Amino acid sequence: MASSFGTALVIGASSGIGEAIVRQLVAEGTTVAAVARRGELLERLAAECGDKVRPYVHDVKDYAATPGLFDTIVSDLGQLDLLIYNSGVMPRVEEGEYNFAKDREMMEVNVLGAMAWINPCAAYMEARRAGTIVGISSVAGDRGRRGNPGYHTSKAALTTYLEAMRNRLSRYGVTVATVKPGPVDTPMTTGLKLPLLIKVEEAAAGAIAAARGGAVHGYVPAVWGPIMLVIRHIPSVVFRRTNI
Amino acid sequence: MSPSIVEFPRRVFSGYGFSSRSVSAFATPRSTDEVRALFTQAAREGVRVALRGSGRSYGDAAMNGGELVADMTGMNRLLAWDPATGVAEVEPGYTVQDLWRSTLGDGWWPGVVPGTMFPTLGGCAAMNIHGKNHYRMGGIGDQILEFDLVTPRGELYTVSRLEHPELFHAVISGFGMLGTITRLKLKLKRIHGGRLKVRQLPARSLQEQFALFEQHEGSSDYLVSWVDCISGGAGLGRGQVHVARYTAEGEDPDGKALLDPARQDLPGTMLGVPRSLVGTVLKMFAFNFGMRMVNLGKYLASTASPTSEYLQGHVAFHFLLDYIPTWRAAYEPEGFIQYQPFVPREHAREVFSQLLRLNQARGLVSYLGVLKRYRPDEFLLSHALDGYSLAMDFPVTRSNREALWKMCGEMTEIVLAAGGRFYPAKDSVLRPEDFRRAWGQERVSRFQALRRAMDPDQLLRTEWAARVGVE
Repeated sequence: MASSFGTALVIGASSGIGEAIVRQLVAEGTTVAAVARRGELLERLAAECGDKVRPYVHDVKDYAATPGLFDTIVSDLGQLDLLIYNSGVMPRVEEGEYNFAKDREMMEVNVLGAMAWINPCAAYMEARRAGTIVGISSVAGDRGRRGNPGYHTSKAALTTYLEAMRNRLSRYGVTVATVKPGPVDTPMTTGLKLPLLIKVEEAAAGAIAAARGGAVHGYVPAVWGPIMLVIRHIPSVVFRRTNI
Repeated sequence: MSPSIVEFPRRVFSGYGFSSRSVSAFATPRSTDEVRALFTQAAREGVRVALRGSGRSYGDAAMNGGELVADMTGMNRLLAWDPATGVAEVEPGYTVQDLWRSTLGDGWWPGVVPGTMFPTLGGCAAMNIHGKNHYRMGGIGDQILEFDLVTPRGELYTVSRLEHPELFHAVISGFGMLGTITRLKLKLKRIHGGRLKVRQLPARSLQEQFALFEQHEGSSDYLVSWVDCISGGAGLGRGQVHVARYTAEGEDPDGKALLDPARQDLPGTMLGVPRSLVGTVLKMFAFNFGMRMVNLGKYLASTASPTSEYLQGHVAFHFLLDYIPTWRAAYEPEGFIQYQPFVPREHAREVFSQLLRLNQARGLVSYLGVLKRYRPDEFLLSHALDGYSLAMDFPVTRSNREALWKMCGEMTEIVLAAGGRFYPAKDSVLRPEDFRRAWGQERVSRFQALRRAMDPDQLLRTEWAARVGVE
């Protein structure tokens, strides 16, 4: 397992966990290609981190552009050791609201964007017989909770996709890690009352540690491991009566 | 708007020896028009195209990392079959298996088949593949009557020995660098039964192997020998020669019944091991000493087995390995390379002895050796000459790769000094200077001139062609 990564590609890098991941990787000496939709935030991050960060403005829903941009980034970096897919959205969904537009947005950003990026990367790393792929999923993918069906579905899909990629790629020496943070203090969660809320730096450190260890269930913080073990085993007939 | 090539699905491609890999976009055209459209789009987008059939070339001959692979298996129809004359017209993705299954019942067998039935006939033509009977029938090119060629600029040529003869002789053996074959017409061989008469003769040394070949080449239809590449000393190059001939009409009482393709398929076990487990069992022996034991066991069995003639189905004789799809598992995870030099008759014994001794001195031995006999043929970059080939399978590991390639370089030097040649479908190691020396500057220049004429934009590319300097 790599103790540090020479080069990395972080998608969803302009704020929140992604931004913190970029800063921590740079501090370790990694050269990072930072991909995000919001160019001004990205430029500011790049300016602060010096030439270790290369900004690429891109909307993860622009699937047609993804493979070409992936090729460009690999060519710019020389080689790619680590990909972290961090992009994610969680629009508020009210009690009694059934909103396809929001569901679709979550599937497009949280799942299809991940597939669009990870597919060319998986082919690249399978051929190279080396590399690490990390997806930032969520504890939310472990159960279908009542609050935001679309979000839970998208993270469950991402978790399963990452598991399948791990099963496909491990025989070729490629590591696939799944990171499942609990609530993190990011723009996504501003204003929500959430348990065990952690700072983005802590989530980012957890993600990088999960990348090194090839985590299958990279709960961050680790206490979510036993909690989710219990929650995953609550029978559905009981679970639906709770307010979890 | 249709997607650009960069958006096409991608795949990790490797050769059949899976010792190198690369990622390419790929597309599967299903008609001549789709081939033309793909060429046009690739030219417009500045992407280079490799033609790929079933991917049975061992090295990088159908790989094209970072560019486009045109998977020709989508054009796989039988266009015409005449059981009276034995002439078949097929699309390039039609396979050797498709062909024999369609023709055997009418009493026709492809005049030349490779050691596996899965290759496409387009791929076979591009490589001018050979069988165990090159010394009698030539390569597959000698069975081909005519083909259609679509160039990268979209022009269509109908090519035969009379129409565009220069193209005929260069496209066959031209490893897919002059255009793509979109239709192929070939003549099959009339047979009178579904089985061959086969004899297995032990050979105690390489010298005996050659003596047996010389003794039987005038009276047989097929000659092939297994070579133990690990035994040394007096037993250097020992093995077992298989001599086969077609049966005459009425010679095999069950011959007619066995023309039924369903009766050619092989049983589910080999020497008591279920076929699906053969690879797993072999893998347990996949190290030098283990393979020494396997080769020794096979040799001892060959000396003990009767040398009288027996009947064997065509499929079992030619395609045994196809019925053990797991055999390559023995070479996991890093794969293997096949090294197959073709050496003129008068030097073959000495050269092969030298190669085997070199392998043994380096501790890099071939797990399997196969000896075959050839005659010269009429194709521009054919590997065939009046001589012999020794095919050797070398396992690749993380630690031996550098030493293995270095040793192959030394072997190539020995082969070229003896006037030898190589075979794109098998090669993983040739360099540009080796390519020029193997075929001679005159042939290579003629090929390059044709390439400039047929593909002036250099649209076609494979990793093999790039490696040997055909741009």
